[in-house]
Amino acid sequence: MTRVYVPRDSAALSVGADHVAAAITREAAQRGARIELVRNGSRGMLWLETLVEVETPNGRVAYGPVNPEDVVSLFDADFLSGATHALSHGLTEKIPYLAKQERLTFARVGITDPLSLSDYLAYDGYKGLKNTLAMVPADVVQQVTDSGLRGRGGAAFPTGIKWKTVLGAQSAQKYIVCNADEGDSGTFADRMIMEDDPFVLIEGMTIAGVAVGATQGYIYLRSEYPYAFDVLNQAIAIAEQAQYLGENIQGSGKTFHLEVRLGAGAYICGEETALLESLEGKRGIVRFKPPIPALKGLFGLPTIVNNTISFASIPIIMDKGGAFYKNFGMGRSRGTLPFQLAGNLKQGGLVEKAFGLTLRELVEDFGGGSASGRSIRAVQVGGPLGAYVPPEQFDTPLDYESYVGISAMVGHGGIVAFDDTVDMAKMARYAMEFCAIESCGKCTPCRVGSTRGVEVVDKIIANDNRAANIELLRSLCDTMLNGSLCAMGGMAPFPVLSALNHFPEDFGINKKELAA
Amino acid sequence: MSYTELYRDLVDLPGALLPIFHRIQERLGYVPEAALPEIAHQLNLSRAEVHGVMTFYHDFRSAPPGKTIVKICRAEACQAMGADALVEHAEQCLGTQMHSTSEDGSVTLEPTYCLGNCALSPAVMINGDLKGRVTHARFDALIAEAKGANQ
Repeated sequence: MTRVYVPRDSAALSVGADHVAAAITREAAQRGARIELVRNGSRGMLWLETLVEVETPNGRVAYGPVNPEDVVSLFDADFLSGATHALSHGLTEKIPYLAKQERLTFARVGITDPLSLSDYLAYDGYKGLKNTLAMVPADVVQQVTDSGLRGRGGAAFPTGIKWKTVLGAQSAQKYIVCNADEGDSGTFADRMIMEDDPFVLIEGMTIAGVAVGATQGYIYLRSEYPYAFDVLNQAIAIAEQAQYLGENIQGSGKTFHLEVRLGAGAYICGEETALLESLEGKRGIVRFKPPIPALKGLFGLPTIVNNTISFASIPIIMDKGGAFYKNFGMGRSRGTLPFQLAGNLKQGGLVEKAFGLTLRELVEDFGGGSASGRSIRAVQVGGPLGAYVPPEQFDTPLDYESYVGISAMVGHGGIVAFDDTVDMAKMARYAMEFCAIESCGKCTPCRVGSTRGVEVVDKIIANDNRAANIELLRSLCDTMLNGSLCAMGGMAPFPVLSALNHFPEDFGINKKELAA
Repeated sequence: MSYTELYRDLVDLPGALLPIFHRIQERLGYVPEAALPEIAHQLNLSRAEVHGVMTFYHDFRSAPPGKTIVKICRAEACQAMGADALVEHAEQCLGTQMHSTSEDGSVTLEPTYCLGNCALSPAVMINGDLKGRVTHARFDALIAEAKGANQ
């Protein structure tokens, strides 16, 4: 019996993984080959999807990208024994893209069957919860603080401090809320965790609940992720069945219930207070802070709101200790970040590395340059509210503080590359347009500023009083940056200003004029 | 007709409004205006509140969609791989604009901002199925396939 792996991650499905799986099953039956087909998560080497793996005595051997019509030739070449083929990449673990990574949060992703609890347990799953249940809550929070983990959604607030605030809040009911509203273009790490290793998120949230005394958790999931919705619900049912969720978890007397709630296509609901409003069944309108959600969050009660990757990083911290995790990274950015390589790159995918590597390494070494073969002109880092980084800045180390130093942000780790055909004035216009479409409307700088922003960029492009309008655009950006209620209006100027400052020629001005 | 039967089991959920809208849209394809006063009554909310929530979110439709729902990602990673040209192509060959349904009611075309398939862009979702690396030719084939499945 040979084990063959075909991913069930939605990225793999989007290029035909189900058809490949069906073709392999059919061909094996015809040839009388005995195989066990496992639908694993994706390894994150997405340009190789559908990536088929075969288990051999030396390890798993990778073939990709496999299309259904390649299956006959794979059998002809005896891929079931790991033989070479035009699509062969040798041992999966030895592929440089994977071998060079430091996978902590994504340790199991692509290796296991996402819905196999026994796989999860066999690969160190629920060790973190076991340790947690043997500790007093304050010590658990201390481990999280010691790890140096900061909010992976992009705001980078120290997770331990948030947990400590909720732990100290007096309330009969507290909540754990996972922000799985991963709306940033160029990001898919949350989606992959939820589809490819859902138990790690469930475990992380359960640890949070046990640590601060919250018995109810919600995962607020964006509706654009229907596959993740199904996988999470199945995983929750399995965890409940095995007493990892619900009453008296593993005989500890602790209770934690978990429910998935769907968003409805509003980007702003990734902002934590808008998310809470939405969970309460209201319009996703941003709240004033203070009060902070840690004290008055969901339904007005103390609430931990953390990003999916933050929660998913907790189990390994509680398994191996805060000091282990803190050992990775640089400066005040500790641990690892799952970077997501997207857009115009030859080798798009997920790269989990300690903080401190450079954009050049990600884009050139991992990404292999542009998919189009042209030179890369700009990279947007950190989603639609992140700056466009020009090649001159590709060597700045990727850590939170260094990026703030170049008026950019690491954010959720989304890396979107553009080749030299990109029109940066158009991208600046789009940033304002996106803000106008998705603004919640509560504060004026964001609601009105974004619409005015589109108009002003249009005038600049049309060479209508260009110099005066560029000044006006800068002034508008200043108002939005300093006067908006949340990061939506407060950061939408980053892509606009970075486009204008690094690529003035696209706005009809040359760099010399700008310097004068 | 009463719509309450569609969601009676959800009424007591904390923050029930979004789950109720999702349920109605899942069953009917849209959220009829006539359902709103009933929901307001069931949840003890004002009609204005229910209307306000319904219209705040891009997902909820107030009119029935076409048989095939095509969502094309317009966000940056897909733009970097030609999403704008794909939108133009789609509008032309489907005979409809973004945010609208073709005259024969066969296709509804909607923009979306990120489907989380950014390494395999441009990305499209057809009747809830995610598709990646969608060239113009592949788009045409996928549409033909979806329309065939609806016959």
